[in-house]
Amino acid sequence: MFDPRITVLEHRLSQVNNIFAVSSGKGGVGKSVIASVLALILARKGFKVGLMDLDFTSPSTHLILGVKDIFPKEKEGIVPPTVYGIKFMSIVYFSKDKALSLRGQDFSDSFLEILAITRWGNLDYLILDMPPGINDATLDVVRFMKRVKFIIVTTPSLLSFSTVKKLLDSLHTSKVEVLGIIENMKIENSSSIREHVKGTRFLGEIPFDPQLEKCFGEVRELLSTEISRKLEKIVDKIIYQNV
Amino acid sequence: MHEWALAEAIIYTVTEIAEREGFREILSVNVKVGELQQVDLETIKFALTQLKRGKLEKAEFKVETVKAKLKCRICGEIWDFDKDKLDEEVAEAIHFVPEVAHSFIKCPKCSAQDFEFMEGRRMYIESVGGIR
Ligand SMILES: Nc1ncnc2c1ncn2[C@@H]1O[C@H](COP(=O)(O)OP(=O)(O)OP(=O)(O)O)[C@@H](O)[C@H]1O
Ligand SMILES: [Mg+2]
Ligand SMILES: [Zn+2]
Repeated sequence: MFDPRITVLEHRLSQVNNIFAVSSGKGGVGKSVIASVLALILARKGFKVGLMDLDFTSPSTHLILGVKDIFPKEKEGIVPPTVYGIKFMSIVYFSKDKALSLRGQDFSDSFLEILAITRWGNLDYLILDMPPGINDATLDVVRFMKRVKFIIVTTPSLLSFSTVKKLLDSLHTSKVEVLGIIENMKIENSSSIREHVKGTRFLGEIPFDPQLEKCFGEVRELLSTEISRKLEKIVDKIIYQNV
Repeated sequence: MHEWALAEAIIYTVTEIAEREGFREILSVNVKVGELQQVDLETIKFALTQLKRGKLEKAEFKVETVKAKLKCRICGEIWDFDKDKLDEEVAEAIHFVPEVAHSFIKCPKCSAQDFEFMEGRRMYIESVGGIR
């Protein structure tokens, strides 16, 4: 019994130059915000960018970007719609924002199915918004996307960082490249994770912005926040100094 | 039509099998598709004949649907997938990503959405024959 989806997946991603997974050991640390803004910043720089929401149970990048009432075009597969210069793919096109609880194999099957039929075409960067923790999505991304590089998000909390360390260990064991760690939701005087980071690149800090949620769905406002300015510096670090 | 994407996946995979298992020529390919995917058999067969090349040039493709059976993990009820009970948009969503059935279908006995696909979910290549 051969599963044709696994063979075709590689072909579907053959014109994608870089795959970055935005991940964390913990939930609620800002992965989806960072993945979305990261994609916007790269698109604004003129790169060809794709964003895929891999949080099938609680997808949220479509809410951050304000994507609604669109559906992929069907053309020898499905072509992700372009929103704000980003080719955007999410399970919400199919689950219609209804609850979707998937057990392990069902997650893998949806993951393979979507990737087997999605025609990304030529992309400089494909950004993956990962669900929290080390789980099916992490394992499948590592297993089926050999070239993936991880961007790890933590908050200043040592609790959050302790889960990140486990994630780093497991990625290291699987020989997956980690681009670095972003410390999100910095507030003044909060302790710093920077000094605890060893053996992995510290990419920078992003401040806590109590006004952030007002910018959801307003891409121009989202891009003019301090969060975006800080993230832009981080993007430059990743794409220009890492060659 | 996303049947073309599936056909392409079959062609890539059979080509790889032919290489790996030392076939000079592939003559027959048996493909099963799950009913949940609601694949249009004529379209997929047409796509396969258009896409076959090289070692697959002479291959005959047999594509068959496997009836979908669902089993509730809560109460154990087993039931058949019935496309006609779904509205068109939902059927289409399941056609693309069968697992989203978990968002729309409930166990007919206890209403749980925690069910498994016993059969008729996936597309797979059952067998490949040819000359070595
Ligand atoms: N720098 C920030 N300043 C203020 N609020 C933030 C910041 N980053 C994220 N948030 C808020 O924190 C919450 C969690 O963010 P987000 O959904 O991006 O996290 P996540 O890690 O993707 O969560 P999950 O693990 O559930 O996927 C959101 O309400 C978001 O608006
Ligand atoms: Mg998230
Ligand atoms: Zn039941």
